[in-house]
Amino acid sequence: MSAPLLTVEQLAISFPAEAGRVRVVDGVGLSIASGETLALVGESGCGKSVSALAIMRLVPRPGRIEAQSRIRFDGIDLLALPVTEMRALRGGKIGMIFQEPMTSLNPVTTVGSQVLEAILLHTRTPIAEARRRVLELFGMVGIPDPAVRVNAYPHQLSGGLKQRVMIAMAMAMRPRLLICDEPTTALDATIRAQILELIRNLAATTGTAVLLITHDFGVVNAVADRVAVMYAGRIVEEGTRAELLGRPRHPYTQGLLRSIPRPEARGGRLEEIKGAVPRPGQWPPACRFHTRCPHAFERCRSEAPARSAVSPTQTAWCHLVEQGARP
Amino acid sequence: MHWVSNAVVLVLVLGGLWLARSVARSRFWRESAVELWRRRRLAIVVVGAFVFIALLDSIAWVGGDVEGLAAFRPRSIIDRAFQPETFKEASYSAPLAGVAFYGGKALNYPGVHLLGTDILGRDVVYRALKGVRVALLIGVFTSLIVIPIALLFGVTAGYFGGRIDDGVFFLMTVLASVPSLLLLIALIMVLGRGTLQVCIALGITGWVHFCRIARGETLKLREADYVAAARALGASDARIVLRHILPNIAHLVIITFALSFTGLVLAETILSYLGIGLDGSWGQMIDQARNELSRTPIIWWNITGAAILLFTLVLAVNTIADAMRDIADPRTRREGQ
Repeated sequence: MSAPLLTVEQLAISFPAEAGRVRVVDGVGLSIASGETLALVGESGCGKSVSALAIMRLVPRPGRIEAQSRIRFDGIDLLALPVTEMRALRGGKIGMIFQEPMTSLNPVTTVGSQVLEAILLHTRTPIAEARRRVLELFGMVGIPDPAVRVNAYPHQLSGGLKQRVMIAMAMAMRPRLLICDEPTTALDATIRAQILELIRNLAATTGTAVLLITHDFGVVNAVADRVAVMYAGRIVEEGTRAELLGRPRHPYTQGLLRSIPRPEARGGRLEEIKGAVPRPGQWPPACRFHTRCPHAFERCRSEAPARSAVSPTQTAWCHLVEQGARP
Repeated sequence: MHWVSNAVVLVLVLGGLWLARSVARSRFWRESAVELWRRRRLAIVVVGAFVFIALLDSIAWVGGDVEGLAAFRPRSIIDRAFQPETFKEASYSAPLAGVAFYGGKALNYPGVHLLGTDILGRDVVYRALKGVRVALLIGVFTSLIVIPIALLFGVTAGYFGGRIDDGVFFLMTVLASVPSLLLLIALIMVLGRGTLQVCIALGITGWVHFCRIARGETLKLREADYVAAARALGASDARIVLRHILPNIAHLVIITFALSFTGLVLAETILSYLGIGLDGSWGQMIDQARNELSRTPIIWWNITGAAILLFTLVLAVNTIADAMRDIADPRTRREGQ
């Protein structure tokens, strides 16, 4: 495998709390190769969205990326980059799509002019050419009647069309990395499949790497090449889609997969992971999952699990996996 | 001076046409304007008439069929229509009277002084109409001072927060803690009593309120998803403010403009009452007419001219502002339809 496009190491993000700063993300590592789609999966509040924002260096104040973190993109150290160069990278080489297409477009200007702005921010394209490019982008993301829709205001478009516009904006500069933060959560189930299909096709045809943040294993199954599972600010398991969905090794991943409703289990009780997600700052010591883990034993309460390889591509952070037992 | 005033009229007319064109271009503004016209036809016509009178009173040139000193002064279209140099009486005359109020001598122009004449025999209608221009000048110029200052401070404070916010808030609190009338008097004493000076003084005391609104709204919009999206597209702070925040508080600017307009016109009457108002304003007319009210038999018509026009203008602008707010606020929009 060639050098990854994006590598994140030891990423830690902290927010101020009543007693000092609390790390909501603590030691996350990721890597994505060109053309690859990595799904980052986790429950609400596990730090997946803020990790994505950290890659763009857009962690909202008063949040802070801790000094130990390393983020390298295309050979550049993003955390050491001057502000103006970072700004050129955002929307240039790194595009981002947000969760809420309903509110992510400026309500007072036409969607066409907003996509146009995305182009003109980064290039000195003549306006006529940029307008042509907007039409081309609208066609590319599958918006019917692009020539009419460029002059539409956001409130005149459906949620699915708005998300397509957002994708057009993010893809305007042919980014090398596209970060999608729950791109389909706010959409209807039928539209969801179309948008996922669109993201997958775009990534395949343009060679764009995709970091997909989601909590939906259906989405993971539809688009991901590799999957990383996050729990309480850390990554607990990582592997290819087939490995993670087929042979999950970490008890948390197993629990997540078991709690998906299945048609054949109809009528039976849906399995769940006992307990609630601990709040940031009140994370248990050692293995952060031990309070809810059905297999927890003494060592889980005293010692943080180290990384242990299951296969060349699959790794888990769990004492049981390390000991070779199959939880 | 009269050529400055003529140029201003030209600029205002061109600016009005340009504004109308921009409103017509954007569907949101066009629909809002149509809705406003549908709801407040009469008030808009009334305000339009006031603006028309003020424009007539602003176009002035030297010369014409008068004698004496007046021949060397620029005179506006209103002046030329009324010919105040000759269209006057010796002293008081009641509305549409044929003879003078005291003494019963025959008038020069019997039965045509719609609201009578004042102590110096000047036609009250003419003076009230001359006050239209002064009132609009105060309202518009002061708003043109207030809104940019308030936007600049409010939006930067709201957007950047932190120390800038603290600084602006400190300034606002200090200004708000001084009784505004006292501050106004002090400022006018320092600046002098010209039109522009009074507008500046009113502007300095008046921007705090709108600044608060602009700051609060910016604080809200700063967290909007589309601002985050713009940031993720690599937009700079200046660009986000200009393209994404200002257009989204534009409706507030218009509503505040309309509401503060009437407040300013009324504030000027208070200044006139204190003897530091503008020459030829309604405030001054009302202040002078106060003395006439204590006479017996009472001379009531001096106060009516200015009072009726002041009341009409303020009422019309307020009802328009009220409708504007309803239209801009989605919670009240198209209620009952």
